[in-house]
Parts: sequence; structure tokens; C-alpha cells
Amino acid sequence: MAEEVKLFRTWSSGYALRIVWALKLKGIEYETIFEDLTNKSPSLLQYNPIHGKVPVLVHDGKPVCESLVILEYVDETWKHNPLLPQDPYEKSMARFWANFGDDKLMKSIWQLFIAREKDQDVAAVEALENLKLVEEQLKGKKFFHGETVGYLDLAFGWFADFVSILEEIMSLKLVDGERFPHLSSWIQHFIDAPVIRDCWPPRDKMIIKFQVMRENYLAAATPK
Amino acid sequence: MAKEDVLLLDFWVSPFCSRVKIALAEKGVAYQQRGEDIFGGKSELLLKSNPIYQKVPVLLHDGKPMCESTNIVHYIDETWPSPPLLPASAYDRARARFWADFIDKKLFDAGGNIWKTKGEDQAAAKKELIQILKYLEGGLGDKDYFGGDSFGFVDIIAIPLTTWFFAYEKFGNFNVEEECPKFAAWTKRCLGRESVAKTLPDPQQVLEFVSMMRKMHGIE
Repeated sequence: MAEEVKLFRTWSSGYALRIVWALKLKGIEYETIFEDLTNKSPSLLQYNPIHGKVPVLVHDGKPVCESLVILEYVDETWKHNPLLPQDPYEKSMARFWANFGDDKLMKSIWQLFIAREKDQDVAAVEALENLKLVEEQLKGKKFFHGETVGYLDLAFGWFADFVSILEEIMSLKLVDGERFPHLSSWIQHFIDAPVIRDCWPPRDKMIIKFQVMRENYLAAATPK
Repeated sequence: MAKEDVLLLDFWVSPFCSRVKIALAEKGVAYQQRGEDIFGGKSELLLKSNPIYQKVPVLLHDGKPMCESTNIVHYIDETWPSPPLLPASAYDRARARFWADFIDKKLFDAGGNIWKTKGEDQAAAKKELIQILKYLEGGLGDKDYFGGDSFGFVDIIAIPLTTWFFAYEKFGNFNVEEECPKFAAWTKRCLGRESVAKTLPDPQQVLEFVSMMRKMHGIE
């Protein structure tokens, strides 16, 4: 009997995109259910009652939540084209940096993105420090995984897209080729990598969405 | 063959360090332990091994450092496979990782909000903690342990955090067993296990530590 694989996602979620890439890299057929997070479907709330978030992968009726957990599930279930390193130490490093990306890096990039003009310099300091750490990890490598894309590249994938969106909206250069040669190079390679390049959400829609979000944050922060 | 070199950088009251100690005990792995003076001055080795977070636990295996307790427990399970801490099937492993992630994101911070605040904020923090424990009771279901019949990964991630509950109860004026009897029963079951009983600090000592922290934070 054919396997049934469903993915609950939104059009813009970078977390969900990780799973889209993983399934496509493994050649797994699946059904997509697009969610409107302002009006969540009963199915989503049934499959992810605690967080009510996307992505959720449902495999033969059984739900898996949290994108990094889903990535490991996909890798363990469909073992060809492995995404995670085999060596336990390398695997622990990949998990560590994926969590760093989601905790420290993402928070600092977001703080910069929503900072008022007078607060931007301070916010940039932490963002740049975190970027330097990521730059170090890429020395001598085309992708985090090596010659081909893997778990950690998918985990940082949101960044490859969001950086240029932030730079356009804020009219600043965050990842310049001189200060971050390896990171710049990784972004170029990743954006254009096979399978990866076919899945990016429409850029014009992303620009509008994040521009509106930023305006809302700045308006809320402005004292009346 | 040379004896494996396993070193844990530790702090006695840290539930995150306890996770690693319990995992190593379950696997029967011999290791050395070095207590860090978190307030007095962190060691060179700690700062070098964990430059980003500068926190314990750090596990050094043959000199290679690993940070973040859940990550370390994963590593221990994969490096010394017997007895397994994670379940066998990919789906059950995903459930275990989901619960570990949930516990990591929610539980310690909710508890912290109880002893760090008063009045309305504290009442909200208590409500949140109880809700978290009720979700965990849902995850446990009718099973003895989160993974089923055997003590395993999620139990190791959760049980050390319960040593801080006595302090939360004291400062928050509530009782976990009354609110969440199933969770309390699971706690007692885990505490009956040698690796857990020998590792975890006395909740009375944790209370004294939290009292000291409250003074340091200027909370009366």
C-alpha cells in the first residue's frame, strides 16, 4: 500500500520550507495543506494541539511536530541521501549549530530587523557577532554538510533568503563579501542548489509581508 | 586499548548537568567530573570548550567538547548504544524528541518565573507550570515512563528539573502532587531508580540555593 505523507505548512514559513526541501531531496511524494494561521484548521489543531504551529508532517496518520524533529524523522525513515552526518560527534555539532541558528542567530537578526533607527547600531553588534561564528563554521566547506546540502544547510536555509529581504527593506548591507566571504559564498551556492532553488516562496510577496510586519512593530514601539 | 577519556564540567545544583550524569550512569560509562564555580569564576577549560554560552554541562570525550544537555544525552545514547535511551522506531523517537524540546523550551523558565516574581505575575507563572505538567501527563498517558515500560530519554530530560519543584512549591505556595498526581507518581517511580537517586541533589539543598538566588536578585 502506498505511503501517505502530508505536510501542513504556510506559503512563507522558513521552518516548513526545511521539510519541503528534505522531502524533495529524498524524492518523497507528499500532499501539501496550506494553513492560514489566523484561522487554523481543525486538522492542524488536532495534529499539533500543544503548539498549533506549522510545519506538521503526518505520515500514515501519525503527526510529527517541530521542524528540526521532523528533519531527523525524515532522515531516519527514508535512509537514502542522508541529511545528517553519521558520526555521533559530527551529528552533535550539527544539532548544536541548528539550535544556535534558531535561538541566538534568529533572535538577533530579528531584533535588528525591528529595531528603531536609533537602536540599530546596538542591535547590529550582536547580529554581527553571531554571523562571525557562523562564518567560522563554513571555513573550508562549500555547504555546512560538505560538498552537498544537508541538515544544517536546511536549518540555516531561512537565513539565505531572509538576509537579502532584510537588506532590501532596511537599505543596509549585513552580509558583505569582504567581512563574510564564506557565508556570502554559502548563500550563493545554497540559493541556487538543485531542489533548493525550486522551492523559494515568491520574493515580491515576501518583501511586502515583511515590510508590513516591520512597519507594525515600529508603530507599536513608537511612544504616542 | 587506552581507557576512554570522558570529562564532565559540572555544577552540583544544575538539573542540566544531572541529565548528563544520569545518562552516563545508565550506560555504565566511567567518567571524571570537575565542579565549576559558576559565581566565583569559570575555568579556562569551560570558557574554551563552550565559548558561545559559557555554561555547564560540557562533556569532553577524548578532548572533544560538546555543549547543551539534551544534545549531550543524544550523543551519549549514540556513542554507547547499550542500553538504548531512545525508542527503536523513528516515530517514537520523534515523539521523544518533541517532548524533550517542549520540556527544554518551557519547564525551567516557568519554574524560574515562580521564584523570581510575586503577586499576579507569580500566579500566572504557577498556572503556566501546572499547564505544562498537565501536557506532560498527557504525554505519559498510562505508561510507567515516557517511552513505555523502560526508563529512557524523556525521563532523563525531565526528572532532574523536579528537584527544583520543592523550591517552586515553597515560594509559590502550591503542591505539585495535588495538582498533578500522575506526574508526581512518575517522579517517585524515577527517583526509585539508582542512577537517578545517586545523582540528584537533595531538594532541601536546592531550596537553599534558590533562596540565595532570590536574595541575590533582590526579591524578598
